[in-house]
Amino acid sequence: MQFKSKDFTNAEQVLTIRNLTVSLGANLRAEPVLRGVDIDIRAGETLCLVGESGSGKSVTSLATMGLLPKNALEITGGRIDLKEVEITAASASQMRDLRAKRVAMIFQEPMTALNPVLRVGEQIEEVLNMHTDLSGAEAKARTLDIMEQVHLPDVNRIYSAFPHQLSGGQRQRIMIAMALVLDPDLLIADEPTTALDVTTQQQILKLIAEMQERHGTAVLFITHDMGVVAEIADTVCVMQKGQIVERAPIRQLLTAPQEDYTRKLLRAVPNLAPRPARPPVSEAPVLTVSDLKKTYGGGGFLRKRDEVQAAQNVNFAIAPGQTLGIVGESGSGKSTVARCIMRLIDPTDGSVRVANTEVADLSRRQLQPHRKHFQIVFQDPYRSLNPRWTVARSLCEGPINFGTSKDEAMAHARDLMELVDLPRNALDRYPHQFSGGQRQRIAIARAVAMRPNLLVADEAVSALDVSVQAQVLELLDDVQARFGIGMLFITHDLRVAAQICDDVIVMQRGHVVEQGPAAAVLANPAHEYTQSLIEAAPGRNWDFANFRALEGAAHQTGDHA
Amino acid sequence: MLSYILKRVLATVPVMIIVAVFVFLLLRLTPGDPAAILAGDAATPAQLERIRDNLGLNDPLYVQFFTWTGQMLQGDLGTSLISNTSVSDMIASRLGPTINIAVMTIIISVLLAVPMGVIAAWRHRTWIDFAVMSFSVLGFSVPVFVIGYVLIQIFAIELRWVPVQGYAAPSDGIGNFFIRAILPSLTLATIYVALIARMTRASMLEVLGEDYIRTARAKGVRENTVLFRHALRNAAVPILTIIGTGFALLISGVVVTESVFNIPGIGRLTVDAILARDYPVIQAMILLTAGIYVLVNLLVDISYSIFDPRIRY
Repeated sequence: MQFKSKDFTNAEQVLTIRNLTVSLGANLRAEPVLRGVDIDIRAGETLCLVGESGSGKSVTSLATMGLLPKNALEITGGRIDLKEVEITAASASQMRDLRAKRVAMIFQEPMTALNPVLRVGEQIEEVLNMHTDLSGAEAKARTLDIMEQVHLPDVNRIYSAFPHQLSGGQRQRIMIAMALVLDPDLLIADEPTTALDVTTQQQILKLIAEMQERHGTAVLFITHDMGVVAEIADTVCVMQKGQIVERAPIRQLLTAPQEDYTRKLLRAVPNLAPRPARPPVSEAPVLTVSDLKKTYGGGGFLRKRDEVQAAQNVNFAIAPGQTLGIVGESGSGKSTVARCIMRLIDPTDGSVRVANTEVADLSRRQLQPHRKHFQIVFQDPYRSLNPRWTVARSLCEGPINFGTSKDEAMAHARDLMELVDLPRNALDRYPHQFSGGQRQRIAIARAVAMRPNLLVADEAVSALDVSVQAQVLELLDDVQARFGIGMLFITHDLRVAAQICDDVIVMQRGHVVEQGPAAAVLANPAHEYTQSLIEAAPGRNWDFANFRALEGAAHQTGDHA
Repeated sequence: MLSYILKRVLATVPVMIIVAVFVFLLLRLTPGDPAAILAGDAATPAQLERIRDNLGLNDPLYVQFFTWTGQMLQGDLGTSLISNTSVSDMIASRLGPTINIAVMTIIISVLLAVPMGVIAAWRHRTWIDFAVMSFSVLGFSVPVFVIGYVLIQIFAIELRWVPVQGYAAPSDGIGNFFIRAILPSLTLATIYVALIARMTRASMLEVLGEDYIRTARAKGVRENTVLFRHALRNAAVPILTIIGTGFALLISGVVVTESVFNIPGIGRLTVDAILARDYPVIQAMILLTAGIYVLVNLLVDISYSIFDPRIRY
């Protein structure tokens, strides 16, 4: 693993944050959201701000942009300086003038961060119209130039495209072009690659580094992904509950973390080396999928639309107590397979046998009695639980539908709460009273309440912080061992797949490209697509949990000064 | 884009066919002899026979339907039983006032309501927001005729700025038209201002929470531009829907206002026709109203695609 190790002591100081305190505007007695944050970034330096959700990373960045939500959050102490300008003392119009010109920002989700009804070229050009006196033709030329610089293809065509017509990576390039068109001193990147596929993420990280090199920009990079940190950071600040608990150059932080909290964060990062598979089971499989196929389109008005092969020739079986993972990038068809098995969508062809019943061609009504055999846990626990229902009602609904008495269902619900490590008396609460990790535990309890043979987890830990992620994975393991449930685990995260799966299927554009035991596929990938996925995984040669290089990758370790 | 418009246009055809069948059957399936219904109580047997013959009631039902549809398509909506004049002429002479007032009402409503809604959303939970919402509740709750009479009392009787009642076509001088149309338009507008302002506020509130608004602010864009260039266009679809529905309602449902201000529009024509059981006129009015609804919805659908490039399927 090669870490950045450039010395910045002689570079110009760009951002200075001193003793920054931010409080909830309306509530003076509440704990401040930020408590005495200090940050320094010099020209050309990349400072990574890491921490779990709610630690205050985004609040720090918004305060620097002067974009804290009005009436909700207020700066109550300390100051922020951008070179010679004191941001904390700037008026609204001075601040407006600084944005894009001196400090610019890119965001997590490029689809929602771009205005869907304006052409992307216009959106970049707007920055120039706001802050410069360039003529229309000059502004357009400059826009096309910056679009070239971020390596967008065919810039004249993309200039007049709308955001929805571009890929995720192209949209993020547009965001970067928009942020850098006026050559700001400081670029704030708030989780800019979290919503992207690994291979796209790799390209975007490279692009940010390239632009930074060319313009000498200081970068404040917010992320929760330690792999990304290992790849790009010069310096790292670890945030917890509104405070910076540790600040260190990247190598030092990853090899010799000082604080308990930093160690805890690093220990939770799943290892990319696959865990040993569990002993094979000889019992009949809980799920057998043969020749599953899903095709979209084909119909169409006036002219026939092209068919899209969302999934083709998918074959696999899951034994009780075993976990099969499907990995792949967005659009690979992994969720399509999960939804076909759950019969949330209808497969075009093929067979799906759950607990010895063919479910692929049952009608909805015929399917109903079999539903209890297969249950699903979704990605976002904030949206998968009914916000107006108590936890008890969510947990009991399924069993009651299948004829369990109300008292029995309630008793079972109480046991389930214990199983997922939540207090029994929390049954009367509503989902918003729980944290994300707790909600995902409830979602798992809800699925297990049906005593299913098969559990489908669709990106079930992707929305969670790493430390919570580790706990939820452990819970899934535990539940599985206890009830002998077979699990189908859909994920884009190879690290998670390596830690939980016995077998793995790699999908690309609707096709299965590789299939086999996780240990074999992830350690010695045969297909070049699998290889490229593993290549692109950031920090892949580093064993974060043990603060050292991964065995077998040792020969790649070394500094380049 | 063109294929989208074509699809929307074609989609209106089945709707109009269903309406036509319904209107046709309205008379044919009413208990009793349609000729007797049409002719009224005082008709002689000879008259009845003549009407039956005219209507082709001795032909099979489907032949009658096609004959009738053919007539309708040629603009022949039949003859009024009461005034014995052509229904098309009656409607034509009444449609002008109604449409002119409706257009003026919608213009007033949009000009007032959209900025009100935008500002209320921008200043969410301040006194401005509160004032707009209070007005909007008031606009909904006060009956149209009350507002009409109050406005007449103030502006026509006390201040004498405008006449109490009556209508002048724009061809009689735009000033003449304006001073007579302003009170009815304002009266009608209250409810639409309330409705559109509410919808604009709700839709804007949602959009102002979007990431791209934060992006626009992060670019150093001025607040005006944020609101009107970035937010309003994205908030447009529900607002346009309400405006479209409002316009269609205005044309078919302005009975009370036309009565209060004594305007010879189609609202009153409809009421008179219903009271007099003037079936050809009622038939024509149903067809016309449905046609206007379909047309306005078509225009709204097409306007969506102008505001939002994603709606071009």
